[in-house]
Amino acid sequence: MREVAAQSAKPVMLYSIGKDSSVMLHLAMKAFYPSKPPFPLLHVDTTWKFREMIAFRDQRVKDLGLNLIVHINQDGLKAGIGPFTHGSAVHTDVMKTQALRQALDKYGFDAAFGGARRDEEKSRAKERIFSFRTASHRWDPKNQRPELWHIFNGRVHKGESIRVFPLSNWTELDIWQYVQAENIPVVPLYFAKPRPIVERDGALIMVDDDRMKLAPAEKPQMKTVRFRTLGCYPLTGAVESDAANVDDIVRETLAATQSERQGRVIDHDQAGSMEKKKQEGYF
Amino acid sequence: MQKAATSGDQTAAQADRGLLKFLTCGSVDDGKSTLIGRLLYDCKLIYDDQMAALENDSARFGTVGDKLDMALLVDGLQAEREQGITIDVAYRFFATERRKFVVADTPGHEQYTRNMATGASTADLAVLLVDARKGLLTQTHRHSFIVSLLGIRDVVLAVNKMDLVGWDQATFEEIAADYRELAGRIGIPNVAAIPLSALTGDNVTRPSDKMRWHKGPTLLAHLETVDVASDRAAQPFRLPVQWVNRPNADFRGYCGTIASGRIKPKDRVVVLPSGQTTQVKSIVTMDGELPEAVAGRAVTLTLTDEIDASRGDIVAAETERPVLADQFAAHVVWMNDAQMLPGRSYLLSLGGNLVNAQVTNLKHKINVNTLEHTAAKHLDLNEIGEVNIALDRAVAFDPYSENRDTGGFILIDRLTNATVGCGMIQFALRRATNVHWQATKIDKAARAGLKHQKPCVLWFTGLSGAGKSTVADLVEQSLTRAGRHTIILDGDNVRHGLNKDLGFTDEDRVENIRRVAEVAKLMVQAGLIVLVSFISPFRSERRMAREMVEADEFLEIHIDTPLEVCEARDPKGLYKLARAGKLPNLTGIGSAYEKPEHAELVLTADGTKTPEALADDVLALLKSRSII
Ligand SMILES: Nc1nc2c(ncn2[C@@H]2O[C@H](COP(=O)(O)OP(=O)(O)O)[C@@H](O)[C@H]2O)c(=O)[nH]1
Repeated sequence: MREVAAQSAKPVMLYSIGKDSSVMLHLAMKAFYPSKPPFPLLHVDTTWKFREMIAFRDQRVKDLGLNLIVHINQDGLKAGIGPFTHGSAVHTDVMKTQALRQALDKYGFDAAFGGARRDEEKSRAKERIFSFRTASHRWDPKNQRPELWHIFNGRVHKGESIRVFPLSNWTELDIWQYVQAENIPVVPLYFAKPRPIVERDGALIMVDDDRMKLAPAEKPQMKTVRFRTLGCYPLTGAVESDAANVDDIVRETLAATQSERQGRVIDHDQAGSMEKKKQEGYF
Repeated sequence: MQKAATSGDQTAAQADRGLLKFLTCGSVDDGKSTLIGRLLYDCKLIYDDQMAALENDSARFGTVGDKLDMALLVDGLQAEREQGITIDVAYRFFATERRKFVVADTPGHEQYTRNMATGASTADLAVLLVDARKGLLTQTHRHSFIVSLLGIRDVVLAVNKMDLVGWDQATFEEIAADYRELAGRIGIPNVAAIPLSALTGDNVTRPSDKMRWHKGPTLLAHLETVDVASDRAAQPFRLPVQWVNRPNADFRGYCGTIASGRIKPKDRVVVLPSGQTTQVKSIVTMDGELPEAVAGRAVTLTLTDEIDASRGDIVAAETERPVLADQFAAHVVWMNDAQMLPGRSYLLSLGGNLVNAQVTNLKHKINVNTLEHTAAKHLDLNEIGEVNIALDRAVAFDPYSENRDTGGFILIDRLTNATVGCGMIQFALRRATNVHWQATKIDKAARAGLKHQKPCVLWFTGLSGAGKSTVADLVEQSLTRAGRHTIILDGDNVRHGLNKDLGFTDEDRVENIRRVAEVAKLMVQAGLIVLVSFISPFRSERRMAREMVEADEFLEIHIDTPLEVCEARDPKGLYKLARAGKLPNLTGIGSAYEKPEHAELVLTADGTKTPEALADDVLALLKSRSII
């Protein structure tokens, strides 16, 4: 992070409110102490996040006294794009991928931190820590820079940018152990609690607001569940769990038999979906 | 089904074990993917949903009958290579109760020296696979050499496919003995040889009952216990300054990751290059000040005295200082399709420094398979050479063998910003410290003032026969009539004298321009208007020439005459020779001309304008820039 602060003209931190973002933000607070991190936070809001996430976001930013930019794709909003009506692929493309590009262009950021980890998904295993993007935000797999030692080459021409993944070498377990060790606040959705759930296509979806239209056979049931990853509520499956605090989660993660992304609707959509999204500018 | 039940105290045990980063290398089909898959599988890092996919894929693509094909667990690097995607290294993670592991996996092919170097640069140990049926191969030499070059001191020789040689001890011992001999020659001090079968899992994570003769540990047991924590903390203190923290006028903190040694408040330190000494006031963190910090930790230091250090400086132990020099000898691994050319100017990044660098001497390249040294004029992708490098200012560093973080550097292309090479410093070159700049009393302004003019370089570039010399000559005549002091440096003329030892290869063209640019710079110092008339085909060198003088002192004039016109003129008969195959490197025919992108003036000398009119355009440019 210090490297980016030193090399880049206008960095930004992508803040997605999840556990990885929480850890990344905590590290930034430490890296620049006693200064504040020398960059703003950016949240690309799809308008379909869990309400608890938004409340948590606003509280965190207030507590830490940081500058937060919230960007919503207004075109998408006007067109009424949403996961129920348009499916996860279109929704994610318009409200997330395109929205992110809009925001980066609007403010002219030349470096953006993201909380992605190499252990999340096979295709991430080869991702660089400094991932180079063309002026049209494309990830050109043939044009990435070798990374040796702890030397990072963040040089860009005007319009080009670098996505930076400081947590590349962390695993899900590392994240929770660090949350535990450093006492880092996270969204309560990670902790098990009875929540109104319907089962759709094998995923446990929480009914977070009345935009979710229920089929006649669908009756929300109170189930004790938690979330291993957080995103748009219609696209994020819960897991049944009794882990009600961080210690429980660390224990549960150690014993987990399902990978973290298994609850994500977005990865299942199409084969090789992550590679493809990345080339298009998804984080 | 794959996860062991865990108890409460495992939580604590998990948290405080160390981390081992290792590199895997082997030739294609030695069983590398199978071995990594096996480690992940046996360490229960494979989740049910991934397991289901594996069962599925094994039935469809597997190569091992009805068994699970471990190789399918790790993403096939092969497939991507076929799609032309450059992967350099894939990183994977697993953990046991004793340690966490990061595996850097690189493809095994010949052309992947670059990738191995990248993976090795952050690894503590290398697992080198050989097939028990084949023994040591050419690739084994290559892998070992690169591993050693990048400073890895611990190698595990994994002799794989023991099932296919009947678990035979003699076969294993012979390979192990051969390898120890090789390692000794190459300079790898610690070798552990382990006979195993990635396919069956024997000696990977569980001891083999088929090879009871093997007295050593399994691969995993060795990885869990091997001590590679090279004594970084025992080395002299080094903190390369990454960022200076200045929230207000009262606080000035120097941030970076400690590369070696340890530090406490009140320790005496020196800041290089300035050489100022002081002592550490405090080690600041968000959770309070630290009594001590050791290598590997990211810190913020405050110092007792007001010292103006900046990014790229090194804070070091006062009594054990790094070297300070602007020239050094190094090994370079070339990582780009565009060749490394001695004399070309690159950016060099070393511990937060970004400086201009030139390879002043390519001593030889090293054949990675035979370790032979051969003479070379340039380095191609994946080649390794021993070079001398000169920087435009002195920086602090250590030999790479003493400190990877203060002795390793990368080279960056100035135009594309690509990382084109990496290097390991061997030693500082003496002449660097003994040749000082002589400060003189009379400067450029004084010399130019005497001539009542503003010195500058008019750099004419273009194809042979484009009309560079004709236009330059006319411009000089006008300037002389107007009482200006000028000089012409003409390509052909300089090649008769100063550059008569140079030919027309890419390497020699780069050196040709470097010398002329240096001469032009001296003449600007003398206060002259310098007209340079050189083909100068490469952007990099024209840019280097531009950056040698002040920004407003360099005017690039592209004589943009179409090749057909130049060829029709052919004043020196060169094109005819080239077309007849007797002149291999003529620019425009056998050698590239890279057009300027930001020339101050572009003139087309195809005959539509007279040479005099073109010269007037140049004079108009000089007027608009207030040079005349
Ligand atoms: N018999 C036997 N075959 C093996 C062993 N390890 C790997 N193989 C086979 O060797 C082939 C190449 O293995 P793979 O892991 O893909 O090699 P890589 O190219 O080094 O990644 C595959 O058919 C494996 O099943 C082993 O220990 N014993």
